[in-house]
Amino acid sequence: MSILRKLSTNKVALFGLIVLVFLVLVAIFGPYLYETSPWKMVNRPFMPPMENTDLMLGTDTMGRDVLAGLVYGARISLLVGLISTLIALLIGVPLGATAGYFGGWIDEALMRFTEIFQTVPSFALAIVIVAIFEPSVYSITIAIALVSWPPVARLVRGEFLALRNQEYVLAARLNGQTNRNIILREILPNTLSPIIVMASLMVATAILLESALSFLGLGDPEIMSWGYMIGAARTVIRQAWWLSFFPGVAIAITVLALNLVGEGLNEALNPKLSGKRES
Amino acid sequence: MNPVLKVEDLSIRLPEGADRPYAVNKLSYSLYPGEILCVVGESGSGKSMTANAVMGLLPKAIQVDKGAIIFDGKDLISLEEKRARDLRGNRISMIFQEPMTALNPLMRVEDQIGEVFLIHSDLSKQQRKARTLELLKDVGLPDPEKAMRVYPHQLSGGQRQRVMIAMALALEPSILIADEPTTALDVTTQAQILHLIKELQRKHGTAVMFITHDFGVVAEIADRVVVMQYGDMVEIGSREQVLNQPQHPYTKKLIAAVPPLSAPDREIEDRAGQSPALSVKSLCKTYVSPGGWFKPARTVHAAQDVSFDLYRGETLGLVGESGSGKSTVSRCIVRLLDSDSGEILLGGSAIQDLDHKALAPFRKQIQMVFQDPYASLNPRKTVGRIIADGPIAQGVPVAEAMDRARELLKLVELPETALDRYPHEFSGGQRQRVGIARALAHNPQVLVADEAISALDVSVQAQILELIDTLKKKLNLAVLFVVHDLRVAAQVCDRVIVMQHGKIVEAGNTKAVFEDPQHTYTQNLIASIPGADWRSEHQPTAVGQPA
Repeated sequence: MSILRKLSTNKVALFGLIVLVFLVLVAIFGPYLYETSPWKMVNRPFMPPMENTDLMLGTDTMGRDVLAGLVYGARISLLVGLISTLIALLIGVPLGATAGYFGGWIDEALMRFTEIFQTVPSFALAIVIVAIFEPSVYSITIAIALVSWPPVARLVRGEFLALRNQEYVLAARLNGQTNRNIILREILPNTLSPIIVMASLMVATAILLESALSFLGLGDPEIMSWGYMIGAARTVIRQAWWLSFFPGVAIAITVLALNLVGEGLNEALNPKLSGKRES
Repeated sequence: MNPVLKVEDLSIRLPEGADRPYAVNKLSYSLYPGEILCVVGESGSGKSMTANAVMGLLPKAIQVDKGAIIFDGKDLISLEEKRARDLRGNRISMIFQEPMTALNPLMRVEDQIGEVFLIHSDLSKQQRKARTLELLKDVGLPDPEKAMRVYPHQLSGGQRQRVMIAMALALEPSILIADEPTTALDVTTQAQILHLIKELQRKHGTAVMFITHDFGVVAEIADRVVVMQYGDMVEIGSREQVLNQPQHPYTKKLIAAVPPLSAPDREIEDRAGQSPALSVKSLCKTYVSPGGWFKPARTVHAAQDVSFDLYRGETLGLVGESGSGKSTVSRCIVRLLDSDSGEILLGGSAIQDLDHKALAPFRKQIQMVFQDPYASLNPRKTVGRIIADGPIAQGVPVAEAMDRARELLKLVELPETALDRYPHEFSGGQRQRVGIARALAHNPQVLVADEAISALDVSVQAQILELIDTLKKKLNLAVLFVVHDLRVAAQVCDRVIVMQHGKIVEAGNTKAVFEDPQHTYTQNLIASIPGADWRSEHQPTAVGQPA
């Protein structure tokens, strides 16, 4: 509750939050209100925006409604971003926590394993994974998750390393609490702030990754997404600018909003930073 | 005589939402040439604020409301920033508490001091070097030629503070401001630094504003004393006046809380027939930092052949300076660290080799109170859970454990309502009470207090010490009291063990050790206590001025 209040005092972050809430509402309810299938041909191809009041953003190369594509694309972009981040956290947090808490050879082994993923360029790895499996929402989500967990593991490991020798953790050990209890109840709650901040920024990165994959034609062929729209329109960018412009703006706004919220969260959750801002 | 620095009706406003409107309120005092003025107060009394205002080091959110600081006929507060800065560097200088962080780790000592001349004077390179060397000789660094070329990390804490003093005195300032310069140092080093400051002050006729919380230091060094409380100056006077005939009740209270440096008579029980609650036999612990290609491996003997017995109902003090191994020993005993060899017998059973599982039942018998009241409580848990989680982990039903937590709060004299509140709502002393309640939740026989009062203000210290003593009697605890403050040790311990370099150099009944120390290290330690002559019926045998 107090986090929300602190966020609301930061105008920039509040703006990001409002945009984000709007996007989420569009993603959830948009397809019900806007029932035109994004794949359906509704009018002549290459209709510029504002020409027809029913088709505010015009039509694409096949005469499909661009606005419908945006609305349906919002759902897939946010969904892929959220779920892949969630999976990445589910891999990265336990791994980093184990490495940081136990240290020694466990730490060495887990961190070398993490480095294998970090040394491969993440986008190339994502392409390979999607190409090996069939391009589908699932494989894309998993591919993004698999390339984005290493920074989480590193962050959580660092936090655990710093906190595991805090006196309250020592006291818990003296109390005879199990390692599992100490990790979950004593240390993890105290590392949540940086994890939340990182997660909000990871959603933004995941959306960009998904768009990039779809742009390269590695998206799910069944599903309309922003990246796919740009990719399909790139050959006609000089005749029909609006086909790549609007999805591009959508991506930019979403990522910007997430970054603003992330930054705001960082300030709200990190007492040292928020103190600086006041002075 | 004209004062060098005159603080006139100074008020410094705190940002809104602070616990009081003013950091210092209508403060007026003068600093005369050639005197040492001690500003004393507990944490949060605003004692450092005036010094920070003089040096222009106030945080942005805090502003001088009204008043003036007159130096050399000019008001430092209303003076233009650039001219004030000139005065500060040249004529007023400051040394800080933490010599570790006050020096640039990437600069050699020579360059560090030379920089002062580079900025404030037009000496040539040769002259700068000569002056630097002279200064290092002045502050008594061993082998000053070699010290010129070293980096700060190669110096000890006391040596770093000497370098800081050399820097501060480089330009022969009229005023030296020292903000708790010896708080981070060991007692023997502290004695040397205090001695040095006094000597240099005499030699150069510098006026010193010395900020401290320690009345021992005041007794050692001050000419005049200012006592601060909640931003108000409650008392000012000469050292003899303030220390021996304090007028204000707060000063009286503070001075009364300083433990006198003499052990009270205690009944020595005959323990011949009893079996000890804790028995440590030739405990050894060695730290080895592995060598690399270019550096040899380093071994530190943190504990060497340490043996002692601890009985129920007594307090055993483990005394020593930092690096003496006293914390290592206490952590080995509670099995936070694994010892290399030796035996730890808890109620007759050896616990030194037990694994996590086998150790669990013994955890109940030995518990620890930690040093830092801010780091020792999980900020995300309620006080109730902090106390009750140990027993819950050992299989006690939640409701029962919470009832017990409520009783424990009463035992440590905290209100029952504390149960559902979070640690940040409590003061340092209250938090330490919670820490004690947590340690008592298992009904332990042995309580290890690891510097449990070092982080607290002196008046709070006294309360916590009293609480531990009451609990010891009530619950018949065996208390191992790890402490570096000899005054405290003298007051609370039945027996003391003095450690140096991981070895026990002296052990015995407190009174005997304090009145007639046998080992030279113990003698040195006792002689180094600041203000040793003040408030002690028995003057310790002096062993000459420490170098």
